[in-house]
Amino acid sequence: MSPRAQVYLLGFMLLLLGFGLVAYKSKALGLPITPSAYQTVWTIEAKVEFQAKGSEVKVSLALPKAQTNMDVLDETFSSSGYGFTVENINGHNRAIWSKRHAEGKQTLYYKLDVHQHQNHRAPLPVELSTEVKRPDWGGSRYESLRVVTASIIEQSRATSADRETFVAQLLKALNDPQNKDARLIRNILKDRSQMQTALELLAWADIPAHMLRGIYLKEDRSRMAAVELVEIYDGEHWLVFEPKTGSKGLPKNFLVWQRGDKSLIDVEGGTRSRVRFSTLENNVPKRHIALKQMGGEQAALMDYSIYSLPIEQQSVFKFILLMPVGALIVIFTRVVLGVRTAGTFMPILLAIAFVQTSLLSGVLIFLLILAVGLWVRSYLSRLDLLLVSRIAAVVVIVVGMMAMISIVSYKLGIEQALTVTFFPMIVIAWTIEHMSILWEDDGPVEVLIQTTGSLLVAIFCYIAMTNRYIEHWMFNFPELLLVLLGTIIILGHYTGYRVSELIRFRHMGQQ
Amino acid sequence: MITSPAKLKKNKILGMNSRNIEYIARYNARHLYPLVDDKLKTKRSAKNAGIAVPELLGVIESQWQLKNLHGMIGNWDKFVIKPTRGSGGKGILVITGRDSELYVKPNGSKLDLAAIRRHINNILSGLYSLGGKPDCVMLEALIEYDAVFNDYTYEGVPDLRIIVFKGFPVMAMLRCSTHASDGRANLHQGAIGVGLDLITGHSLFAVQHDRPIEKHPDTDKSFSELEIPGWDNILELASSCYEMTGLGYIGCDIVLDKQQGPVILELNARPGLAIQLASGHGLLERLHYVEGLDAETLELPPREKVRLVQSHY
Ligand SMILES: Nc1ncnc2c1ncn2[C@@H]1O[C@H](COP(=O)(O)OP(=O)(O)O)[C@@H](O)[C@H]1O
Ligand SMILES: [Mg+2]
Repeated sequence: MSPRAQVYLLGFMLLLLGFGLVAYKSKALGLPITPSAYQTVWTIEAKVEFQAKGSEVKVSLALPKAQTNMDVLDETFSSSGYGFTVENINGHNRAIWSKRHAEGKQTLYYKLDVHQHQNHRAPLPVELSTEVKRPDWGGSRYESLRVVTASIIEQSRATSADRETFVAQLLKALNDPQNKDARLIRNILKDRSQMQTALELLAWADIPAHMLRGIYLKEDRSRMAAVELVEIYDGEHWLVFEPKTGSKGLPKNFLVWQRGDKSLIDVEGGTRSRVRFSTLENNVPKRHIALKQMGGEQAALMDYSIYSLPIEQQSVFKFILLMPVGALIVIFTRVVLGVRTAGTFMPILLAIAFVQTSLLSGVLIFLLILAVGLWVRSYLSRLDLLLVSRIAAVVVIVVGMMAMISIVSYKLGIEQALTVTFFPMIVIAWTIEHMSILWEDDGPVEVLIQTTGSLLVAIFCYIAMTNRYIEHWMFNFPELLLVLLGTIIILGHYTGYRVSELIRFRHMGQQ
Repeated sequence: MITSPAKLKKNKILGMNSRNIEYIARYNARHLYPLVDDKLKTKRSAKNAGIAVPELLGVIESQWQLKNLHGMIGNWDKFVIKPTRGSGGKGILVITGRDSELYVKPNGSKLDLAAIRRHINNILSGLYSLGGKPDCVMLEALIEYDAVFNDYTYEGVPDLRIIVFKGFPVMAMLRCSTHASDGRANLHQGAIGVGLDLITGHSLFAVQHDRPIEKHPDTDKSFSELEIPGWDNILELASSCYEMTGLGYIGCDIVLDKQQGPVILELNARPGLAIQLASGHGLLERLHYVEGLDAETLELPPREKVRLVQSHY
């Protein structure tokens, strides 16, 4: 068989296999093809880490409250070698892990799948203790504290109408850097966290209050700490406040983890304990959510493919699965369109950076770094440096520029530029080197052509990688990798003209 | 602005994808590439095969040899510095004269020894080689081109690019350097490509940056009367490169030296496609003709192959 026939045979077989698997999966497992038949399910993972001392260990982790606007679909606890129970202590659920002997670094997981209803939220039920325990501020040591606290409470009372507005005013005053009283209070209560100070002040003002911990379900995040809010009782309802700004109300997309209970985690027999949360957004067929809510055996249906991986890996995979799409686009633009780029796969790396920074700021940052880099490089070329050290020097400069862009844009209040760290530094340094040689040898026009080409391809990749459908398909049907492979193999044997050649040879045959 | 694939096909234009897959991949065996990708190896095997090449003055393989750079090139007037694995004219430094301690480039600008050392350092660290691999530097005698080219080239040696397919020369052009190309006759750098008639060696068309051009922009000389002397010998020399390398589809770079006559400058396993613009012809017609020849014809000696090709067109 000729190589050509082999290529087409292999390519089409892969295409067939890929599409076949997708069709089978969609039929047999009931996975719909269109994203609209899906709903968002958040997977939240709490990762408990601590250093065990070598004796018996008991870990107790607060578990999330039942919420009116979220359904818990699934809960899993990982507890390799640990005994495990869930206990209800004073109305709060806590997971208890215990072990006779443990030493060294320990990691425990608690994973939770929740589904959020559309914006439907009943007030938080009243069931918590409204008892106020005034802080122990007696004695002459706290003399001045009592005076300023009385003053700040008086100020806030004067500018408010009821308990609700009073709390908002008090929190705002406490965080106001101009407020002298607040500064004094913070100075005296140096060893307290901001949250503790606020709670003590509220208690001093005779307002039932406690801390509320939770996490935002906004985007895929890793290793974040719980967000702390203040909850107060106004006589009828519990109200939630943001402690820094004093703004009222439970934020949207917020999963309440713990209300009122003392600690998030208690570890006996271990030190340096901490809890970190990761969140991941998944699109799951509506039918499966229904099944999950019913519980039972059908829930096992979710246990397929990438969903069975730990959450951090899942979010990495979500991204990795998009790279072959980028590779296909790079090959297409090169072989069929004939776009000239600097470095074959550099545009994919650029596109990845753009996904993090958003397109416009990404392009601007890239152009800025490239321009400054070229300028610095032209100076470096006069210094008689070896190639490796010159590239290393450019890397340092690129990194320095990224730091500067981050700081300046942060000061200006532009958040996106903070994510410049996702720019592939080494690749950019090489690109600068490559471009500067191109400039010397082939002139600025060629540099312009290749920069434009690279950006164009990167933008194509960006568009594909951020496309909702493509993301959805690649994640839910990784079998499509076979389809991509088949297409790439077939494109690798494309012998037709490139679009750029239709322009280049346009005058041929006219003479 | 743009033409259709059907038109290109009708004009027998060879496209990049087709060149890569149907000619280079099919007729050039991978293991033979190093012979042409490394100019030192090319030179050596050309010498063994009795093919004329420019004289090799020296080789620099590592940094420490640079200490003695002055002792090496201090007395030379004219020479060329080349990366052994470069392509497209990248990294080639042509020195045509001296001004006491300074080295003069074809365009008149002068370099000191430090600048030359820096350039050599860059070559050694792989700046000009494919994929940034460390490279060697070769120092070559300057070619003094034949007087016929006097007005057709500016500040540099013109070279003949001949596409040889299975030993049959199928298309030829002369590449004349310009001020822009800085002593190198590579089209990317702004050199002019003049298509040549395979039978007579007479000029056909001229292009610069893929656009038609009538006369040399620096010397104002029209290309219409250009004719290459000793044409059949040149074609024969090109044809003999097939036997030497075993590569089916190559581009031979030949220069005409005043004393030596035609010499092989280098061989390319991936010759560019601009030659079609310069000749006003597509390559495919002739490639198909050669592909249709029987095994016996493919065994003919170079002289006969040239004859056959000339009688066909
Ligand atoms: N020995 C030489 N003397 C004069 N000019 C040379 C010499 N070698 C190369 N050149 C110039 O440099 C150009 C490129 O050289 P070549 O050996 O073909 O390298 P490349 O692979 O980069 O094309 C030639 O076309 C010629 O104009
Ligand atoms: Mg050449």
